[in-house]
Amino acid sequence: MSDSLVVAKNVTRVFRSSGGMTDVHALGPVDLTLDNGEFFTVVGPSGCGKSTLLEIISGLSEATDGEVWFDGARVRQAVPPGVGIVFQEDASFPWLTVWENIAFGLKRKGVEAREISRLVDNALRLTGLRSFATAYPAQLSGGMRQRVCIARILVLEPRLILLDEPFGALDQQTRLIMGDELLKLWRETGATILLITHALDEATMLSDRVGVMSARPGRFLDVVTTGWKRDRDSRVVSDPEFGKITSHLWSLLRGESIKAISDQT
Amino acid sequence: MSTAIAAFRPTLGRMADIVLLVGALLGLWQIVHEFAGAIAMTAPLDTFRYTLKLVATADFWPHVYRTGTAFALALLIAATFGLLIGAILGFHRLSGEVAEPILVALYSIPKVTLYPIILMFFGLGLVAEVAFGALHGIVPITLFTTNAVRNIRPVFIKTARSFGLGPWDLARTILFPAALPEIFTGLRVGFAVTLIGTLISEMFGSKRGLGFLLMNALGVNNVDLIMALTLLLVTFAAVTNSVFMAIEHRIYRRA
Amino acid sequence: MRKATKVRIAVLLAAAVAIEIACRAGIIKPYSMIPPTQMLVSLVKLFTTSGAVADMKQTLSAVVIALTSALIVGFVVGAVLHAVPRLRRIVDPLLATYYSVPIFVFYPVFIVAFGLNAIPKTVIGFLYALVAVVINTLNGLDRVPVVLWKTAKAHQLGKVSTAIHIVFPCAAPYLFTGVKLAIAYAFIGVIGSEFILSSGGLGYRISFAYNNFQTDVMYGLMLFVLSVVITVNMALYVWERRLMKRRGER
Repeated sequence: MSDSLVVAKNVTRVFRSSGGMTDVHALGPVDLTLDNGEFFTVVGPSGCGKSTLLEIISGLSEATDGEVWFDGARVRQAVPPGVGIVFQEDASFPWLTVWENIAFGLKRKGVEAREISRLVDNALRLTGLRSFATAYPAQLSGGMRQRVCIARILVLEPRLILLDEPFGALDQQTRLIMGDELLKLWRETGATILLITHALDEATMLSDRVGVMSARPGRFLDVVTTGWKRDRDSRVVSDPEFGKITSHLWSLLRGESIKAISDQT
Repeated sequence: MSTAIAAFRPTLGRMADIVLLVGALLGLWQIVHEFAGAIAMTAPLDTFRYTLKLVATADFWPHVYRTGTAFALALLIAATFGLLIGAILGFHRLSGEVAEPILVALYSIPKVTLYPIILMFFGLGLVAEVAFGALHGIVPITLFTTNAVRNIRPVFIKTARSFGLGPWDLARTILFPAALPEIFTGLRVGFAVTLIGTLISEMFGSKRGLGFLLMNALGVNNVDLIMALTLLLVTFAAVTNSVFMAIEHRIYRRA
Repeated sequence: MRKATKVRIAVLLAAAVAIEIACRAGIIKPYSMIPPTQMLVSLVKLFTTSGAVADMKQTLSAVVIALTSALIVGFVVGAVLHAVPRLRRIVDPLLATYYSVPIFVFYPVFIVAFGLNAIPKTVIGFLYALVAVVINTLNGLDRVPVVLWKTAKAHQLGKVSTAIHIVFPCAAPYLFTGVKLAIAYAFIGVIGSEFILSSGGLGYRISFAYNNFQTDVMYGLMLFVLSVVITVNMALYVWERRLMKRRGER
């Protein structure tokens, strides 16, 4: 489909090991297509390879087999411009203020000062960080530091935003709020979003489609379409469909999660 | 610090690496010798031979005993007072806070500049050497002990109280094991710097001891002797430090 | 000003006053120690003494050379060891035991090799400072979180750009610790060597004054050296604390 921003075909990842230990077949084969402007979430048991999939799609690592295309071009060992990544760990630069953090990517690209100012101020507004512009990350809470990371990529106007369990370290209520904010940003920027999470309610609440991954080696068991309208927020939990979708996800995942846990012991 | 401790996991691969390192150092030594000539630096093999001869010489050992005595006394004083003062400073927060920058400052100055004061009061001799060595050692031992005591997690003390432990049992079964790793590191560092202090004092002004022997050898340009002594002292320091670290590694692992 | 600082200043002042009184009252004999105020006077007089000023220059130039070389070589070696883990593992025991070895015992070897001039003490200063820089460079590089390397790739930064814009700023406070230690060690190495045996420099001048019963001059020089070294070290320590605090690290 020409409206597909990302096409991943047959993506497989095997970690070859040295010295007598067996290779680890971490992921795949996985097929995934992301339509322009959609919000897609991947859920799956721990260790199933969701983060690996994200890193391959982003260009941070290379697949052992299979191919990924972003905007019609092959993705290899480099992150293409137009892709923004938010990691699970805090990646804010502790030596820069919030403002300088957000301006970082623009500065590297050589954007002129006045334009940087405009874009950064806009991103500060969008992420609610206006009054913290001159603070250092060490002075902020975990949730706010994640907002800094989000703002830092937003400012580059990415077409694809990849988020690897970005709210993992936050408490439940902050997660819900951040989820709403993410939806707002999604609508305002019109970007395509690929989110990784282990929280099923989060997946159901936020996405247009949810891909359920099996235990390692991760493969898609099912892709569920939620059918929500575009201007949704966390109050979608009161929709009867919400419960149905979430329990469907869990029925798929429950067996896989048990498998994953017993695998680790 | 974790780098240091990690270096002492005794495995076969580790042993091979150490052999490699020592080999490389000896190789480097040999190359410098080729470059500089025997008048400036004796070759490794010749130095080893001379060292063996030296150790067999009767005249050598009085100097060893002298240095050893000064060192042992200095270390005893440094350890005793260091542990005591360190513990007090660790328990009494304000004193600890007041004293710490002073100790840190003392740690980072060229202590030789204070040596004349010691000489003024004690004159040239064993007492001055012991005092100078002790001065060197007491600083890190105190600092590490203070820190060790200060960092005992309050939850340990709460646990002890919940078991109804008296102060002596508390100290013996909880405080001491909890603080031991860092105290041990302090003793290790204290050992090394006390040795350094003792040797420096002998190098400056002494009629006996290994430091004196070294400077004397310099005076008569006995390059073989200089290198042999240097080799002995460096090896002694490196080996003792390594032994300490191996013990330390095990203490830290249990902590 | 914090309470501890006030107490500390009070304690030091009280000690200085006590020594002053003890000296003036004759409890401490003048051949052992002169009153602190007299030390200060002697210190000031030093600056008018051409010999002392020449010594200051000699010591300072040796320290600067030792320091600069230690920083350059140290950073490079640290970076190389970090990039080649196998090599680092082999060299590790050397780094771990380095500061337990009495580096001053090499002084006679260097004198034999280079003669009794400024070179041996500069080399000692260099050797003393070097490994502190290496260790702290390694520490700083170790502490760059993996996620920041990934962020660099996500911004399409090349190797040089990553080093300049991410690795260096992230590691900077720890590199600074290396600089701070290197300065302290360079002073210790140079002045210690001068004291033991030398033809010039502040350490030499102090030992000379001691040997020739020039108590006044000796204490003036000692006060000078200690003041300079302590001031420099303190300033760096405070600066380092500030760098660390901004990061939210102790």
